[in-house]
Amino acid sequence: MTDLTALTIAEARDQLKAKAFTATELTSAYLKAIETANEALNAYIAVTPEKALDMAKASDARLGAGSAGALEGIPLGIKDLFGTEGIHTQACSHILDGFKPHYESTVTSNLWADGAVMLGKLNMDEFAMGSSNESSYYGPVKNPWRAHGSNADLVPGGSSGGSAAAVAARLCAGATATDTGGSIRQPAAFTGTVGIKPTYGRCSRWGIVAFASSLDQAGPIARDVRDAAILLKSMASVDSKDTTSVDIVVPDYESIIGKPLTGLKIGIPKEYRVDGMPEEIEKLWQQGIAWLKDAGASIVDISLPHTKYALPAYYIVAPAEASSNLARYDGVRYGLRVPGKDIVDMYEKTRASGFGDEVKRRIMIGTYVLSAGYYDAYYLQAQKVRTLIKKDFEDVFHAGIDAILTPATPSAAFGIADQDMAADPVKMYLNDIFTVTVNMAGLPGIAVPAGLDSRGLPLGLQLIGRPFDEETLFQTAYVIEQAAGKFNAPKWW
Amino acid sequence: MSVDISTVKRVARLARIAVSEDDAARMTGELNTILGFVEQLNEVNVDGVEPMTSVTPMAMKKRQDVVDDGNKAADIVANSPVTEENFFVVPKVVE
Repeated sequence: MTDLTALTIAEARDQLKAKAFTATELTSAYLKAIETANEALNAYIAVTPEKALDMAKASDARLGAGSAGALEGIPLGIKDLFGTEGIHTQACSHILDGFKPHYESTVTSNLWADGAVMLGKLNMDEFAMGSSNESSYYGPVKNPWRAHGSNADLVPGGSSGGSAAAVAARLCAGATATDTGGSIRQPAAFTGTVGIKPTYGRCSRWGIVAFASSLDQAGPIARDVRDAAILLKSMASVDSKDTTSVDIVVPDYESIIGKPLTGLKIGIPKEYRVDGMPEEIEKLWQQGIAWLKDAGASIVDISLPHTKYALPAYYIVAPAEASSNLARYDGVRYGLRVPGKDIVDMYEKTRASGFGDEVKRRIMIGTYVLSAGYYDAYYLQAQKVRTLIKKDFEDVFHAGIDAILTPATPSAAFGIADQDMAADPVKMYLNDIFTVTVNMAGLPGIAVPAGLDSRGLPLGLQLIGRPFDEETLFQTAYVIEQAAGKFNAPKWW
Repeated sequence: MSVDISTVKRVARLARIAVSEDDAARMTGELNTILGFVEQLNEVNVDGVEPMTSVTPMAMKKRQDVVDDGNKAADIVANSPVTEENFFVVPKVVE
């Protein structure tokens, strides 16, 4: 039998229905792959083989009875940020030690209702704060990709580093992820996978550990554009438990794939040409423009004048919201408690020992910018700049632009324990320079692999769409994927 | 604007995070790097600009004022480090 883990979700779905193999066989193949690879890659921080096999068995019964769901028998990895009933849910933080929720997040409930199988929980930056997956309490994830002729370990990006690495190394058919400033798209670009952050409100945030509530959105990381479309269709829903989730019909995203781009206007924002950007990224961008032009789209130069202010505004808004959201970790209701001489001492010791350095840094920044006397200068100013960032996008969409093409990241994957980034937190933050604008404006953005750099590492392009127009993103990203081809990491693990 | 070590200690106290003298010194440098980076926002002319409150224009959703969940005290305290008869137990707070 061929290696079942080599199949895309679309292929596995069709072959399961044709009874070419069983869901149990498919799940077993993935569990075996995880067992072999996870020690090297550290993508999973909890594997749930018994649950996976139980779910696969139930899928086989439904496949046999002809009542299969849209994702029947498809084995998925779940980012540790998603609440999963009775199963490890710690946002990869020490402060949530031993936490096993008595509820299931809406997004994962939707996936299970469609027949998907859970393989386990995936590694991530602590509380989704990071761009390299190095802030996880469970240690860094290794990128399945290595530079030509090198065995140096690279980061898979973050915060959804475990999700991206597991998809790239075929340790799951697809994965859930979340994106607050680029946490789906940057790791997708670093691992040669496809990641989409949908419009704010497209997926319910209920049951997902909160980082920055006005920016957080769930989305999939998958092996190709079609698989990402299949997963998002299942994940998205309106939900009475999240009042920011939107009551708009979820389209059948897969059906748009393959439609020609004739008549589409693609904007190229000049502000995304940043100082010190490697020539290879610029070349990739030009190649992407040429592909879309060949496919019948018209290319329009546009300006998004407030782009450079998105990242500094983000580093006020996101830490401010995080400092409020993370106030709940106090050693009382869940997770870690470190005893103290009184209650305040207990809080302070618990939080000092439970949070890692990056999380503390962001809580401190957030607390400072919200504190008396600084609120107007920092937080209010940042929220006003955010209005201007959103208006930049509204103006170009109003002028008839259908989607915007940009690089996904300013570089390819970098090394684990990079000295420059360890010394200067802002250097790490600059990873999200092309992705963070999209969160600030609440728009959908997709990262799609577009080529390899001279060292053989994947590079991605990003498409940004109108609110709730994920369809145009899938349609356009598919054209890039067809032109660029797919990229698989040579197996070394 | 920049912070000094006593401000860092005050903010840590507000955030309920215990910091040692060394932590506070290190954080002072890191926080000033970040505050230096966000300083550029002051260049932006925001006259007459409303602060963003929601990325998507939406009316606040309303629902019927009815109890639709509950009676699960044991579930709610299940993950607590210390409980007694479905109560969270904390160190004494009233003298």
